[in-house]
This record gives sequence, C-alpha cells and structure tokens, in this order.
Amino acid sequence: MEPVLFVFFAALALAGGLGVVASVRAVHSALALLLVLCALAGLYLLLGAQFIAALQVIVYAGAIVVLFLFVIMLLHMATGEPAARGLRPWRAGSALAAAFFLAGVFFAALRAPALADPAPPLPQDFGSAQAVGRLLFTRFLLPFELASVVLLVGIIAAVVLAKGALLLRVPAAARPHEEKVRAEVLR
Amino acid sequence: MVPLPAYLVLAAILFSLGVVGVLVRRNALIVFMSIELMLNSVNLTFVALSRHLPSMDGQLAVFFTIVVAGVEVVVGLAIIVEIFRSRSTVNLDEVHLLRG
Repeated sequence: MEPVLFVFFAALALAGGLGVVASVRAVHSALALLLVLCALAGLYLLLGAQFIAALQVIVYAGAIVVLFLFVIMLLHMATGEPAARGLRPWRAGSALAAAFFLAGVFFAALRAPALADPAPPLPQDFGSAQAVGRLLFTRFLLPFELASVVLLVGIIAAVVLAKGALLLRVPAAARPHEEKVRAEVLR
Repeated sequence: MVPLPAYLVLAAILFSLGVVGVLVRRNALIVFMSIELMLNSVNLTFVALSRHLPSMDGQLAVFFTIVVAGVEVVVGLAIIVEIFRSRSTVNLDEVHLLRG
C-alpha cells in the first residue's frame, strides 16, 4: 500500500511542480503550488510526520497560497507575461545547470550504500504533536522564541511596507484632517 | 516500504524545477512561487531523513522553515505590491533601478 501511495503523491507533486513553472498565468501557478503542497503533506504522513503534515496544510496551503491568490487578484494580472521569444543562452544554461544538479543528486542518492538500508521501526509517538511540542519547549526553546521575534518583525515590516507612504513621507502638518480624527480618537 | 533514495530523488527533481522557474520566468510572483517550491523540496528532504535516522530534529527544522517561509512570503508580497504600485509592472526585466 505504501509504495502505491508514494507513487500517487509523487506524481501529484511533480505535476504540480511542472504547473508552477510552466503556467502562463500566475493564478494557475498558485493553484499548482497548492497541489504540490497538499501532495507533500501526504508524503509527510507516509513518513510518520503527522504534526508537520497538519502544519503544512494549515500554514502553507491555508495561509500562504491564499495570500498569493489575494495579491494576484489585487494586481489584476489577467494577462500573465509575454511568451519567451526563442531560446536565449541563459535559458539553455539554466536548464543545463539544473540537469547537472539532478544528475549529481541521482548519482549520490542511488550509489550511497547507507541510504539504501531499510529504515528502523519508529517509536510510539514519533512525529505526533505531543512529541514535537515537547522538543520545541525543551531543546529548541531558544529558536522557538526567536521565531516569535521573526514573526513580529514580519508583521511590522508588512504594515510599514503597506502603509509606509502614509506613515513616513507625509509630515503631520500636511494632514490636518487626520490629525483632527486622531485627536478625537485619543480623546 | 519506500526506500529513502526515492524521496531524495523526488526532492531533487522538485528543487530543480524551482531553480528553472527562478531562472527562466520573469513574472515576480511566479519566481516567488518557485522559491516556495525549492523550500518545500528541502523540507521533504528533512522529513525523509528524519524518518530514516530516526530522529525528530529534522521535523523541528521543517517547523522553523515553515515559520520563516511564512514571514518571507508576507514581506516579499508586500514588496511586490509596492513595486507594482510605483511602476505598474511585476516583470523583473523592467525593474532594474539598482542595475549599475
């Protein structure tokens, strides 16, 4: 059963990956990215990482792809980008570089003897929310707290980038109306 | 039982697709999605090796990758929206203000 599911999810992920790169319109790329993310969540379940699979669906598929779709709608990009004219040298070069990288990884992954060993059986609560949470609050406590700082910086950066023109550039004296509103709100 | 190299090869193919997307596509949003594709292929490598070892450290690395990827998407998309506001294009070939 497991090989069948692996082939199914791997095929979905590859099709989605091709769709992300090859779609003309950004909306189609975003939906293909959603396909990849859901297929990877299925693979995480096969690998015994239940908590990460749930996180993948909630954060990546639920939040990040929706954010992409919002921005695409905001920029009303119905037309996509103009089709490529001819095969420019750097396009061929990039394809060649990717092919070399792939060949190297294939060689390494298929030849390394230690990787072909069957994986040992898993402990009882491997990858569960309890086990991940216990590690998060003991051994990985410092990175966990730093992650909250990173999230805070991201929130502030997004607000400043979105409202920066209003917050930073226009002096307060040039906005008597806003000053009046703010004074009323403060009162 | 699926052997580990199958997962590693799948992750390598997805990563290569992402690299090609970043290098070939000129739409800033699609380039950004290709970067997400590369991040996800590395996540798959982490989880596959964490199953193989078995150790849960790889899954924790994926946790932090997802956190950072979320922040990166928020900031990056805000920058793209700002570029579109000021130049009304998201074609990366036309955004070359910093080119020497």
